[in-house]
Amino acid sequence: MAKEERAPLRHTIILIVGLFLFWQLAYLAVGDVALRSPWQTMRFLGTLMQTDVFWLHLADTLKAFAVALAIAIALGLLIGFALGLHRLSGDAMEPMLVALYSIPKITLYPIILLAFGVGISAKIAFGAIHGIIPVALFTLSAIRTIKPILIKTGRVLKLNPTVMVRAILFPAAVPEIFTGIRVGFSLTLIGTVLGEMFAAQRGLGYLLMNAISLYNIDLIMAVTFLLVVLAASVNALLLAVDRRLHHG
Amino acid sequence: MSRLRLYQLAVVAGFILLLEALCLAGVIDKITMPPPHIIVRDLFRMIAAGRYFGDIGKSLANVLLAFATAYVLGVATGTILHGYRTARDILDPLFATYYAIPVFAFYPLFIVIFGLGDGPQVLIGILLAVVAVIVTTLNGVDRVPPVLKKTARVNGLSPLQTALRVTLPFCAPYLLTAAKLALAYAFIGVIGSEFIMARAGMGYEISYAYTNFDNATMYPLILMILLLSIAANGLLSYWERTLLARRGQK
Repeated sequence: MAKEERAPLRHTIILIVGLFLFWQLAYLAVGDVALRSPWQTMRFLGTLMQTDVFWLHLADTLKAFAVALAIAIALGLLIGFALGLHRLSGDAMEPMLVALYSIPKITLYPIILLAFGVGISAKIAFGAIHGIIPVALFTLSAIRTIKPILIKTGRVLKLNPTVMVRAILFPAAVPEIFTGIRVGFSLTLIGTVLGEMFAAQRGLGYLLMNAISLYNIDLIMAVTFLLVVLAASVNALLLAVDRRLHHG
Repeated sequence: MSRLRLYQLAVVAGFILLLEALCLAGVIDKITMPPPHIIVRDLFRMIAAGRYFGDIGKSLANVLLAFATAYVLGVATGTILHGYRTARDILDPLFATYYAIPVFAFYPLFIVIFGLGDGPQVLIGILLAVVAVIVTTLNGVDRVPPVLKKTARVNGLSPLQTALRVTLPFCAPYLLTAAKLALAYAFIGVIGSEFIMARAGMGYEISYAYTNFDNATMYPLILMILLLSIAANGLLSYWERTLLARRGQK
């Protein structure tokens, strides 16, 4: 049992070592013109972290991301619950939400910029758009798959709608909803950074695009590395909680 | 079924009418967004005049190239990986975290390595699409009944023959789902990269029009991209449903 539990950890470590090895080999193949080695990147990231400007950019990205995520979860849950509780609406809207999910949402960004102006509110709106749909879709399917006996019990007990949602629907749907929030978390982060890459005056995405116009490879690699590590480690954490919720 | 279609039609029509009303009433000003009927008119004019055909062709060619490469690579990798338990276990955490990573963050790096051409854009498209194909293919291959594999072995088929004649045909519905995902991701990857930084293509033209406050170009092009991706998605979904129906699943 204990051995089996340790196996995934060992695989993850092998994977991470493998990825670093690949990175080092790519560096050796391409050279200093376009790449930096893992060691150089981490050292540069260390010096970057001692500058105030870096923390300003990071704070801006995280602030936009946090607000966007809160909006995405709130609206996603609302839409998911509303559609999940009404059969026809759910059946009709689900394929439309899936279609919306697969469009290149970046094309909508200029519209958001025109509506909100370049600034933090446009980033928040763009990040939220990415997160709402997965949260809504997972919530919708969570409500749908609740065992009918639970809902019938609620009806027999003559619970009013608020109590029904709080005492029965929500607890029963939590594992699925959490999966939706996990996916929404990742997509909101991607959306926020993507928005910053297209048009912004602050944030990690802006820093990245600024670095390319300065041809600052150290900065590009350091910021990319930071973003990847940040996204991957938080996702790994959420994934672990997710698995526990589904099996526990 | 028809009640469902009616509902969907009402939602779309209601949304467009709402936009139209808000635009005409001046709640949404002209600088932000022209009314929908003007956008559609501009789109027709654009197509009739043949403007941006070069950009549209380039973007679609890159999307198709990214899609085809990612698809072939992904199906092959998925089929092969199925046989190697350890390799699969090691790659599993990567697959689980992959879509949490902002792949677009690699775009500046690719521009530095390959130059600002079609290469980095197609590469981003491939990177976004390929893992979805691998995971979906693995999912399908896992469901091949052992009896089919045994039959292949009894008949002395080589691994390649087994894949082409037994495994992959059995997985057809999964391969279609993979195609749907790959196409969507290739679209997002290519158009998104063009948006961030490029010299031509639909995404580039939209961002160029945005910088120049050229709403008469920007909105029709956005509409066209949305219609293209929704149409492609709808077509593959329809095919997927008919295939599943023929196999008696659902």
